[in-house]
Amino acid sequence: MKKVTNIIFAGLGGQGVLKASDILAEILFTLDYDVKKSEVHGMSQRGGSVSSEIRFGAEVFSPMIPHGETDYLVVLEPTQVEVNISKLREGGILITPADLPLDKLSNPKAANTMFLGALSKHLTEIPEERFIEVIKRFLPEKVHEVNIEAFKLGRG
Amino acid sequence: MTKKLLLSGNEAVAMAAQYCKVNLGVGYPGTPSSEILDEFSKLGGKAEWAPNEKTALEVAIGGAFAKGRTLATMKHVGVNVAADPLFTIAYSGVPGGLVLISADDPGLASSQNEQDNRRYAISAGVPMFEPASSQECYDFLIKAFELSEKFKTLVLFRMTTRVCHSKTLVVPREDDYPAAVINYEKDAKSNVMIPAYARIAHRKMRNRLAEIAELNEAGEFIVEKMRSSEIGIIATGISYMHAEDAAPEASILKLGLTYPLPLERIRNFASKVKKCYVIEEGDPIVTETCLANGIQVVGKNEIYRYGELNVNRVRRILSGDVTPEAAPVPGKPPQLCVGCPHRKSYEGMKALDLIVAGDIGCYTLGVLPPYEAVHTCVCMGASITTGLGMRHVMAEEQARKVVSVIGDSTFWHTGINGIVEMVYNRPATGHVVIILDNSITAMTGMQEHAGTGFHLDNSPSKKLVIEDVVKAMGVDNVDIIDSTAEYDAYCELLKKRLASNDLSVIIVRRPCILGMVKRKGK
Repeated sequence: MKKVTNIIFAGLGGQGVLKASDILAEILFTLDYDVKKSEVHGMSQRGGSVSSEIRFGAEVFSPMIPHGETDYLVVLEPTQVEVNISKLREGGILITPADLPLDKLSNPKAANTMFLGALSKHLTEIPEERFIEVIKRFLPEKVHEVNIEAFKLGRG
Repeated sequence: MTKKLLLSGNEAVAMAAQYCKVNLGVGYPGTPSSEILDEFSKLGGKAEWAPNEKTALEVAIGGAFAKGRTLATMKHVGVNVAADPLFTIAYSGVPGGLVLISADDPGLASSQNEQDNRRYAISAGVPMFEPASSQECYDFLIKAFELSEKFKTLVLFRMTTRVCHSKTLVVPREDDYPAAVINYEKDAKSNVMIPAYARIAHRKMRNRLAEIAELNEAGEFIVEKMRSSEIGIIATGISYMHAEDAAPEASILKLGLTYPLPLERIRNFASKVKKCYVIEEGDPIVTETCLANGIQVVGKNEIYRYGELNVNRVRRILSGDVTPEAAPVPGKPPQLCVGCPHRKSYEGMKALDLIVAGDIGCYTLGVLPPYEAVHTCVCMGASITTGLGMRHVMAEEQARKVVSVIGDSTFWHTGINGIVEMVYNRPATGHVVIILDNSITAMTGMQEHAGTGFHLDNSPSKKLVIEDVVKAMGVDNVDIIDSTAEYDAYCELLKKRLASNDLSVIIVRRPCILGMVKRKGK
């Protein structure tokens, strides 16, 4: 496999963008891909734009996705679509809040896991159990149930 | 099976420091360097936050005088603060192992400038490594200590934001590394830089660099990939990664030990390709060095000096594209948090239409709407002193509107020197210093400092008290107030102090809400 797959998670500070990308990077790492994950940790204030880029494949060089070559753009906040949309390649897949049954979430804090579920449908090379396993490893036990529910709702 | 980890560059550095049994890590927090010492401490290393970068480097130098292995960490602008000891230790060298990490921020993700600290290696005369990945952060840090101990010199370890914060794969070493033998010996001729000894030390330093250049030619830190004979690329640090993606067909000469440069290897490589480019972020340092030594290379256009490089920009450089680049769609800027104690402090300053000499911290965001209260911000600690300069020069009516605003961590960093200046060279109208004390180093991610009562590893420490210190220094009035809980009283106090000719320090004390979350989690 020569191709590198490029994924961006984007949203606002406090939405769990970095957590979602941490979980996905860890999953890819356990599957023995070459993985690179890049984000700019700025000031720690809440509420500013946040995005995290993941690249995986047999061999990855730059940790930053070339502009316009993103395969999957996952945007957790509607206003951030415009900020990031030019990064998506032609024919790339965009996942936004409008695509998800967010009203069915029992805890809105698990929204990031729902987005991860929606993305997981497309990443057919990753078994579903691997997602569940790493979500459990990365999140405290008391929120396992709500996040797995969110993941499954997102996966549809 | 080999153990493999997914680590940020900062985590990889920390793990390498622990592997080679670094005796002491000292630094001052600054994005993108801040996580290194926290991680080193979590792994069991002895790490501490110093009040500023000069202090940090000096403590590290002392440890290396004792033949220990020491690490100093800071962001690029922090090296400016530490430049005084740096330039002299470059002469004298150290009997132990000493590595200084400079975490540069091309593109200014979280800094006041994008200075290229590779210049420090050249200017001070110390060797420099530039890792391109987390694996290289790990490997090169160990090599940096080995080089330091072999040549008895400080080694500069230059990282950049993308190297510090990108997570990439690392295979750590599992064998046992020999600890430093702490065996102090007096050697005043080497370690006291009086002119007579320093003249000798300067020559020794140049000889040392010549020897290291020779070692660099041998190729241990060079990766050469001969592919096309048409195009060759010389690259350093993260630029190498972008170049591999941008031009997979090109031949590559990747440099790891980037000062002193292996000029003969570069000359040889350049002669094997028709066109040889240098891909480097920031200043055209390798390019100019090559050209000055008669090696025909092509650098980048001036437009690529600004900001970070990336794959698209490297493609543009290689194709000679100098058309204007599309500006990225601006995102939502960070703001002072809801519940942040600085909000009310600025509301009051804005209402009184004050001239605010600002400083470096979360509170620099007071320059943005809705407050737009901050008038100036230069560097760490400059609020007090620049405010004093304004007071000395302005006419009385305007001078009375000047306040200096500084945070608690920044006060201990270099703000305290401004208080000395204020008490010694008192302006005719006095002065008002507002210390926004949220009891943590907030902006860089909640680090402890001398005034919090905790060490880096969260163990209790002696707590320095701002009001005790400024009172002892001879400030006329020292008030402590919470601008959120007592807003009206805060505004009245400000008016009263501004109307007098006194030297006043107003400590606005209310903890950072994110800091409280951290402490609760302990």
